[in-house]
Parts: sequence; structure tokens; C-alpha cells
Amino acid sequence: MQKAKPFRLMDAVRLGLFGGIAAVLIALVGMIEAFNKREVINGVISMSQVMLMAVAFVSAFFAAAQAHKSKPGQTIPAGLIAGAIVGVLVAILALAIVPLNMREVFVNATPRLAKILMPQGMEGIAGAAVLVVGAALVGLLAAVLTYLPGLLRRSILISLVAVVLLALLKDVLLPVIPEGLGDFLYASNGLTLVGAVTSFIVVALIAYFWMRVRPSTSKRIAAMPPAQRRTMSFVVTISFLIVLFLLPAVLGSYLSEVSDLVGFYIIMALGLNVVVGFAGLLDLGYVAFFAIGAYTMAVLTTPELPLVRGYIPQLSFWVALPISVGMALLAGIFLGVPVLKTRGDYLAIITLGFGEIIRLLVLSDALKPGLGGAQGVTGVARPVLGGIVSDTPQEFYYFILISILIAWFITSRLKKSRLGRAWMAVREDEDVAAAMSINLVGYKLLAFATGAALAGLSGAFFGSKLGSMVPASFNVLVSINVLAVLIVGGMGSLPGVVVGAIVLIGLPELLREFNEFRWWVYGIVLVVMMLYRPEGLWPDATRERELLDFEDEPNVDSEDPTGLAPSATIPS
Amino acid sequence: MFANLRRKYDFTDVLLWLIGGILLIFILYGSIVTLTSGKYTTAQWLNFIVFGLAQGGIYALIALGYTMVYGILGMINFAHGEFFMLGTFGAFFMAEALSATGLLESNWVISILLMLAAAMIVSATVAILAERIAYRPLRRAPRLVPLITAIGVSYFLQYTARGLFGSGVEAFPNVPALAGSIAVGPIKIQNTQVAVFIATAVLLLLLWLFVSKTKVGRAIRSVAEDKDAAALMGVDVDRTIAISFAVGGIMAGAAGVMYGLVFRQVAFYMGFVPGLKAFTAAVLGGIGNLAGAVLGGLILGVIESVGPSLFLEGIGIPAPHQLKDGIAFTVLVLILIFRPTGILGERLSKRA
Amino acid sequence: MRMRTLLLAVFVVAALALTACAPAAQPAAPAAQPTEAAAEATTETTTDAAAVPAGACDDPLGCIEIAAGDPIKIGYALVTAGPNASLGEDSARGIEIAVDDLGGAILGHPVEIVGEDSGCSPEGGQAAATKLASDTSLVGVIGTSCSSEARVGAPILSEVGLSMLSPSNTAPDLTDPEKHVDGYFRTAHNDLVQGAVAADFVFSDLGLTKAATVHDGSLYAVGLATAFADAFQKLGGEIVSQQAVNVGDTDMRPVLTTIAAAGPEFIYYPIFTAEAGFITSQSKEVPGLENVKLMAADGSFSQDFVNAAGDAAMGMYLSSPDFSAFGDAYQDFLKKHDEKYSEAPLSAFHAHAYDAMMIFAAKIQEVAKQDGDTLVIGRKALRDAIAGTTDFKGLTGNLTCSPTGDCADPKIAVYEVTDTEAWNPNVISPMKIYPK
Repeated sequence: MQKAKPFRLMDAVRLGLFGGIAAVLIALVGMIEAFNKREVINGVISMSQVMLMAVAFVSAFFAAAQAHKSKPGQTIPAGLIAGAIVGVLVAILALAIVPLNMREVFVNATPRLAKILMPQGMEGIAGAAVLVVGAALVGLLAAVLTYLPGLLRRSILISLVAVVLLALLKDVLLPVIPEGLGDFLYASNGLTLVGAVTSFIVVALIAYFWMRVRPSTSKRIAAMPPAQRRTMSFVVTISFLIVLFLLPAVLGSYLSEVSDLVGFYIIMALGLNVVVGFAGLLDLGYVAFFAIGAYTMAVLTTPELPLVRGYIPQLSFWVALPISVGMALLAGIFLGVPVLKTRGDYLAIITLGFGEIIRLLVLSDALKPGLGGAQGVTGVARPVLGGIVSDTPQEFYYFILISILIAWFITSRLKKSRLGRAWMAVREDEDVAAAMSINLVGYKLLAFATGAALAGLSGAFFGSKLGSMVPASFNVLVSINVLAVLIVGGMGSLPGVVVGAIVLIGLPELLREFNEFRWWVYGIVLVVMMLYRPEGLWPDATRERELLDFEDEPNVDSEDPTGLAPSATIPS
Repeated sequence: MFANLRRKYDFTDVLLWLIGGILLIFILYGSIVTLTSGKYTTAQWLNFIVFGLAQGGIYALIALGYTMVYGILGMINFAHGEFFMLGTFGAFFMAEALSATGLLESNWVISILLMLAAAMIVSATVAILAERIAYRPLRRAPRLVPLITAIGVSYFLQYTARGLFGSGVEAFPNVPALAGSIAVGPIKIQNTQVAVFIATAVLLLLLWLFVSKTKVGRAIRSVAEDKDAAALMGVDVDRTIAISFAVGGIMAGAAGVMYGLVFRQVAFYMGFVPGLKAFTAAVLGGIGNLAGAVLGGLILGVIESVGPSLFLEGIGIPAPHQLKDGIAFTVLVLILIFRPTGILGERLSKRA
Repeated sequence: MRMRTLLLAVFVVAALALTACAPAAQPAAPAAQPTEAAAEATTETTTDAAAVPAGACDDPLGCIEIAAGDPIKIGYALVTAGPNASLGEDSARGIEIAVDDLGGAILGHPVEIVGEDSGCSPEGGQAAATKLASDTSLVGVIGTSCSSEARVGAPILSEVGLSMLSPSNTAPDLTDPEKHVDGYFRTAHNDLVQGAVAADFVFSDLGLTKAATVHDGSLYAVGLATAFADAFQKLGGEIVSQQAVNVGDTDMRPVLTTIAAAGPEFIYYPIFTAEAGFITSQSKEVPGLENVKLMAADGSFSQDFVNAAGDAAMGMYLSSPDFSAFGDAYQDFLKKHDEKYSEAPLSAFHAHAYDAMMIFAAKIQEVAKQDGDTLVIGRKALRDAIAGTTDFKGLTGNLTCSPTGDCADPKIAVYEVTDTEAWNPNVISPMKIYPK
């Protein structure tokens, strides 16, 4: 869009307005007030101030960077203007809140908010003026940054983000890091000034040197003889695994808990990858298999549910585990049958419906004697290994890690196998695949069954870890989140799934204290990710190539539901 | 391993028909037992149907927007339910203001028109903005990408509404003129429900006229048929797509007002479930097909209303209404087994 | 080649897992496991105890030490996102007002509230509880909102020695002597209490014998509906229809038609604001239910509900704690709430949350010991002090804790809605009518 047009100062005004509206929205949504109590640097700057400054900074930075490209002379004015306009809009909001009394509509437009938005102890026009000047200064800073060499600029930006993250994650990190370091970095509220400055410098230095060294290192690795390279990747893999296995000892119970949750999603996303990524079948009801795995585990191992106990003896975790996976697998085959005939979005809605049906059935009064109904099932068995019951997040971490490795192993082998190629053929073009005598029925069923079994595995551990279950845990949002993990991570890419799960499941979990805002930010992150990195955070090499091609392809009507075939464009 | 399945088409068909047959037998058996038990009077059965149609009318209005967007872009716009929710909020604040000025009591026709205007403007604006900011840059991306974007937009809008308007349930002011009911044969129909029927019919008619008779409508159909060819013929594709989003938003806004009148509640999370239902309705009728969306919505509403009592009570299922969504989805699967592209199964481009 | 590498990797991993797992699970050496929060709490405090003068901390569960000027941290695990958000937010506001009333400080230390969203699901409760449990400076936890969260969260918090006070858990199993975990308390009413009062009122006071119940698939509603049905049948009444709706349903007329076909004289639907509002307003439109009496429970005891239900709510019944004896305090609370949030309370558990916070404040004052500049609070001592609560004057009545953690005043009142615009329990509407 900006490629052809030269920069005009109007662009800076537009970016400033955009940023200003964003800032006003952030304030009205209640984030400013909620974050005002938290400080980034104790006694120096609060989270809400950082947030407003960040908005001004980002708008000004984009404006300045655009100007810098085509009209370097206007860089500074562009930054100043964009920053100042953000300030103006915030100031207008701050001035308007009290006289307009918008609380009937906007619940957060309180006099308190007006006070928070204004610079400390100031009000009226004077406060507004200080606000605008402050925002313009932030814009100036952003504009100055664009003059710095790329590497340095990026290290500074990374480091700024890192410091804010460090402050945000105080509650999470403080119990984990050594006490001395904790005292050095953190004050009672936010970072200490010394800690903030030190960590800024340290991170900036590390980022700088890392970015300088990386290209030459990767070149050197590329130049290595294959045997040596293989040894090296082997060493890296093993050390990575060792780190993974030692992690819980460092993480503490809460971070292990988060890792476990991320792990559940990684297993599910690996399974869904087989269905959506390999075979191209869009499944929006994936949670059904997760639920079946969890509920099979629960029903088989709980001491409750007298009706069930009348027929089936209470089993141990290890006996119930394969049964849970098997039940999910059978359900996958069962669902696979109606799927055989439908394509594309019809498939999506049928699977979505299936997911809802499963949830409603476990919730229903009708099946209450067998499945616990709304009351759920409690007393689900925990894994017992050598006479020891595992019930802490750290112990579950190992079970989940091993499950992930198994799932990873299976799916990566499948991908390269004959079966994997057949799936891809089905994904690219069903009719041609059928003509090549690929058994569509069998292969689709297999894809569904594999995906379902992995979800069942994840579900079984999930149920056991919780120890008590209610149907509410299995709503359609789980399916949607797994799909988002898969796409944001990079479909078809196994490391991508891990990164996607950490970003979309782990981070919101760590920010649990920010309550309602985390889903707001989650939505923004999804949109921004898809706009700027549609191929995902860690895309599969072949798929990335296909994706980058999509704009050159002719607009052909395609029945491919996922649109992953190289020729896929939106059918009309 | 699958050697015996080689004659795959036979196998699949037989299996599907078998599943369909079993489900049908269950449904028929349940219905016969319920009907012969005489638990419900004829008037009550008619009531079930009227209730279902009123709910279905709202689904239909939302489904129209889904289907417009799908027909033209082939994209499932998950955020459409949130357009509906924001439209309802628009209508709510307008109604509050009208109620404060007393206009709501004195002149209900103008009041409702103003509420419709507010809701439609809000929904359409949000729809256009979402299209412009989040969807347009992805026009040619693989289809899963806009799907995820739409989910992101949905989360964003939902929690924006929560932040702006609060997490509680707000009550719509009463429109006194619409209180009460009219008697039709053995049953009474609420005035608000009559309003929904009329609004749905009028809006569908207008939409049909718009899509099939106007120049813009022709542009929409041509873009739905083939974007590149339409562009070559001088159609402004971007503008046309924005218009169809706006039209979808307007329908969602209208649905919001109807929802407000019939159910009298607004909350930030209220868009999600009707959005899913409308999507189901659109698929049921044949996605991309305007008449199909309305038919699908009405059928879905009636099944949800009648189904639990008719199909399940006979078999002796306790608390059958809890399973109404399950019934709706089962019927959907059945219909898709026998008619794989929905009941009317046509695309927007072929006929409006 | 690649195959072999992978196999080897898996083998190494498996071996590591076995070696890593075994010691991790050894209960005999908790002190060697610095990552286990529980162990950490005890080991840390025992070593700390040696540093401070003897007697400062002799608590078997360890102590929280708060240096001069440092805040007293109270956590909450409430649902503040998703469709149930208003339930948790309502409680969170109750806590905030309580903190305001305390002047923002206990014993000269500022009160800091650490809030976590628990999502009204077991996994949310688990995550929130684990996060709170890992914060060793926390004094206590208010929460959870939903009983499903508490089932999973309470054992986690209990294990690290924290006390928790829930403002809105009502499931009977949480305080069942066989399932109760130490340190778990609640100011909300056990379903068994409230269900029994409702049944008593309907059968004895109204003299009705045919009732129908509706729940919404939540633990709260199922628990109450079941408790009501059991008590009602025991009294000699008949439950003619037991129905259920889903959260998010809007059209209740079909299910009401089904209920109408069973011919009840009374419908009991202990569900939440939105769906209860739909049932109330739509019941008047269903033939056969025009004269049926309606009753909801404290989940709908809010202005939002009567607003949503509209004129149809006129004359219906709601059960809730008895405010009549404590009118002034609650009036005061409502005034502060309005000033602070400029709207009526979102749900019915703000007063319970307020009381929970106040109990914590009172009990901290009771057990805290001053050691130089440092405030020392014994975890077990705090737990015992809360368990020993008797006749605590709260907004929800005279609170007395049972040995299994039920602290709510067993006095439940039934109110009649007499005005659908205004909301002020026992002053304008709803008015208390039972027990007389």
C-alpha cells in the first residue's frame, strides 16, 4: 500500500488519529484504571502510563519510519505530529469525561479515570497541555530512534519490551528466581529503578550481540559437512531435551502448571494438525475427542457413579489410559463416517455440531447416572508409578512431556510416510487423488482417528490432573483455541505448534491476573498475527513457500476446505 | 487393510443411510409415543411452533449476514454474532434515551424506527471497519487465515463491549405499545413476535429486491460469481464487498432490535450463541443462499422449540429442553446426509 | 539414520523421565524439593523462625511475615471473564468496598488485593489456585466463585497452608465432612439450607403441593433444585416436572410449555440473572402458567434480574440471606457501591464477599503478632481463628463457622418482589415475607 505513494504529513496525522483512538479505547475499556495500581518502575512510572506512552510511541514510530523511507527530512515532524495527536485525543477524553458524564453508556468513564489520565496533580487545560507535550516528546523519541542503525534500534526496542514484560510478570517470576536477584530487580510494586536500568542494558547487549553473531553462525553451520551437522543437531536436540526434563525443578509449581496446560494444547494441536494440516479436513469440534478422553478416564476410575460401578469395576489410571485413547479413536472413526460425504464448510459445521452434542450429552440429566451430569465427576484417578501417586504439576509435566514426544514422533513419522503423502494428495485435490486410486474413505477415516486418539490422550491426562470434571470445560472455545494455536504457530510445522501454544495458551495464562483484558488482547493478537504473519510464527518450510505463492496463482475455484493447496484461493 | 472397502461409494452410502435411518426411526418413534400420550393439546403444539418461528426469525436475520459474506467471500465470518450484539447495544442506548424523553411511550413507531436506525448504523459501521481493517488485507490468503482473523475480531469486539458497557445484564425498556397479544384461533401470539415476523418478511423482501433488482445488487452477484471477471467488467470489487458487509451488518442490527423487543436483555456475551445458531441456519438452508438462510433459520427455531418435546419426551428422556441444541445439530447432520449442500443448496451468485 | 536418532532420543528421554520422576514423587524428602510450594513454605519458615526471636513463629503451618510498610496481601480467585463475569466482578467489588471500609489498611499495613480470574471451570480454578499458592507472601484467599473451581482449587490452597473463604460456593459436597479440606470456609449458603427453606415456605406457608423445578446445568442450580425437590417431597409435596435449560438460551417458552403441560402450581428456578429473567418474563406469555407462583434464589437476587424480568417479576419470590436485622449496614453498603461504581450490584454475592474480607481482617488482627517492626501471622492460627468465628456481625447476618467451613448465617429469608423499577431489599423491594 505504502510502496508506491510518497509520504505526506497527512499520513502522520492519520497514524496519530489511529493511535489516539486506540488510546481512548484502551482507557474506556478500563485497562488504564486497572493497570494504574501496578507500576513498571517503583515510584517512577506506572503500567498505565507506559501503556499510553507505548501507543504514542508506536504511532509515532510508524509515522517516522514511513517518512524516513521516502522523505527523510520529515522524519522528526512526522514523529512529533503523530505523538502529539495521540496526546490531543487522550487530553480531550480526560477533559470531556467529567462535564459530559458518559457513565450511563461507558461504565469506565469515571472522574477517577479523568484524574488518572491527567499528569499527576494537574487538571484542566494546563494538564492537557502537559499531556500533549509529553506525547509529542515520546513521538520525538520514536522519530530519533529511526535514525539509529537497524541492529541497535531493534535491540533497544526488544529491550524496552523485555523490561515491561519483566515488570508484568513479577508475580510469576518472583517465587522462581533466587532471592537476591529478586530483591535487586523488584520493589514492592514493580521493578526497582536500578533493576530496570540494569535489565534494560543487559537485555539490549544480549540482543545486540545475538543479532550480530547469528547470521555468521548459521552460515558457518550451513557450511559444515553433513555428518558434522547431524552430530551437532543431535547434540542440540539432546541438550534441549535435557533442559526440558530439568525444567520443572526450576519452574516451581505455578509455571509447571502453565506448562502442563500448554502441553495439553500442544498434544491436541499436533493431533489437529493431522486432520487439518495433513488431510485438509476442517474440524471445528475437536474438543469432542478431548472430552471423550477425559470422561472415559473419569468414569472408569472414579469411585462414584454407583450405576457404572455396577457394571464396570473401578480401574487404575494406567488401565484406563489406553481405553480412553481407544474410545476417542473409535469416536473419531464414528464421526469420520458422515464426514466422508461432506466437504469444506459443511464439514466444519458438522464437526462443530458434534462437539456441542458431546458436551450437551455429558451435561444432560438424561445421562446423569452414567456421566455425572452437571455435577460432574470427582475422584478421578491419578497416575501411580512404583507405588507413588503423582498429583503435583511438576510430576504431570513429565507425563505430558513424554506424551508430546510420542505425539511428535508419531505425527512426524506419519507426515513422511506413504500415508502422509496420500493425505496430502487428498488435501490437494480429492478427485485426482481418487483417480490415482487413493482410498478416500480409508485415508480420511485414518486422519480423523489419529487426530482423535491424540486428543483423547490429552483429555485423559487432563481429566486425571484435574481430578474433578464438569462439562463446562469442554465448550466450543477449546476447539477454536486449538485451531488458533495451530494456525498462529504455523500449520504443518511441529515446532510451530509448540510456539503457538506457548504464545496463545501460556501467555494469557501467565497474565491471568489481568482478567478480562487478556481475552481482549488475545483477539488483537490473533488479528495482528494473521495480518502480518499469516504463515504462522514458525512455519513449515514447504508450506511457507506455498503461502508466499498464493498471490501469483490464478483465481481458480477450489474445493479444498483449508485452502492450503498451492492453487487455493477463495472460491466465489 | 482397506481392500474390502474398495467399492467405497457403496460402503459410504450404505453406512450413511443406515445412520440416517436409525436416527429417523428414533425420531419417528419418539414423536408417535409423545403424540399418542396426549400430554399436549393442539393449542400447545401450535404454541411451540409459533415460539419457534419467532426465535427462528431472529436467527434468520443474523443468518442473512452470514450468508451474504459467505456467498461473496467464501469466508465464515465468526464475528458476525458480535455485530449483532453491538447492534443490540446500539438499540438499547437509543431506547434508554427515548424512554428518558418519553417518546417511547408517546410514539412507538418513530421510536422503533430510531432504534432500528441506531442498531443498523452501529452494526454496519463495525462490520465495515472489521472488513476494512481485518479482512480486506487477507482477501487472497488461504481460507483458514481469515477464519482465525474472524475469531480474533470476535474476541476483540466481545471484550470491547464488556469493557465499555460492563459485565452485567442490562434490561431493555418496555415498549408499551407492543405489550399484549392478539388471538389467532386457539392460540395467542405476542405482539412482539408479530413484529419479528413482519420485520423478517419485510427485510427479506427488501434484501431480495436490493440484490436482484438494483445495480449494486448485480455487482454483488457478479463479485460472488467471479471477482476477477467482475473487476474486469468495471465492478469496484472492494467497494462491493464492503457494501455486502454493511448489508449483513444492517440485518444484524435489525436482528438486534428484534432481540431487544422480544427478549429484553443485553449483555456482552449474547452474540456468540446466536452467531453459532445463525451459522448453522445458514448451512442448513444452503450457505450462500438468501432464501435458504431464512428457511434455515425458521426451521432451526422450530426444531429447537418442538423437537425436545416431540422427539425426546416419548423416549422418556428427562429434562429434554436441555438437549435442544443437540437435536438441532442432529437434524442438521440428517439433512446434510440426504442433501449435502443444504435444503436449497445454491450460491448467492446463481440466484438471490 | 533419522529413525535411529529419534529412537535414541526417545530412549534417553524415557530414562531421564524415570530417574527424574522417582525423587520428585518421594514424599519422604519434601525439604529437598524446593519447587514444591508446600514444602517451601514450611522449610522457609522454619529456618526463618530460627532467625527471629523464639516464639515469634511456632505455627505448624508456618507464618507470613510482613515487614513494616509492606502490604498485607489477600488474593482472590473469582470469575471475571466470560459469561459468568458479573458473578465474580460483583464479589470483587464487595471486597474492594470492604477494603475501603477498613481504611485500606489492617494493623497499619496497607491491604493489597491480588486478583486472579478463575473462569468458572475446574481448570481455571486449578490454575488460579496454583498461581496464588505459589505466592508465599499471601495471607489468605477469597474465592472461588463457582463450586467446580473450589473442588480443584481448595486442596491446592489448603496444602500450602492458606485459608480460603468463598463468597459464592454453595455445593453441599464442599463442606461435606468426608470431602471438606482444611482451611476451606464459605460465607455463602449451603444449597441444603436454602433449598430446605424454600421448600418449607412453599409447602407450609403458601400451602402449595405441586411444584416444578428448572436448573441451568450449573452446579449451583442443580444443587439447589435437587435440595429443594428432596425437601419438598419429604414434606409431602409433589414435583411434577424437573426441567433444565442451557446457559445462553433465550427462548424459554418451549420449556415453559412443557412445564405447563404437567400442571404445577409453583415453579422454582434457582438460576442466574439472564436466564431467570427470560423465564420470568416469558412465563406470563405461556398459556396455563398465568397464575403459577414463581420463585428464584439468591443467584437472581439483584436489580439486574428484576429489570430484566420486567413487570412479570411483580409478586414473585426470591430467597436470600435475611437482611432485615442488618438493614442499616447493608443500606450503607449499597450507597457506597453506587458512589463507587454508579450502578446497582451486578449479582447477589457482594455482601458475602464483603463479609469474607471483613472476617479475614478481623481474624488477622486477632492472630497477628508484632515482632519488632515485623508483623507475624501464623497460618494455622489464622485458620483456627476463622474456624472459631462465632456471631460475627456481617452484612449477611450473624456468621458462625461450622467445623466443616460453613460460616453463613443459617437464616434465609424469602422476599416478595413489590416493585420492578427500584431495588432495595426490605426497604422498597423486594420485601421480606418469610419467616414471619
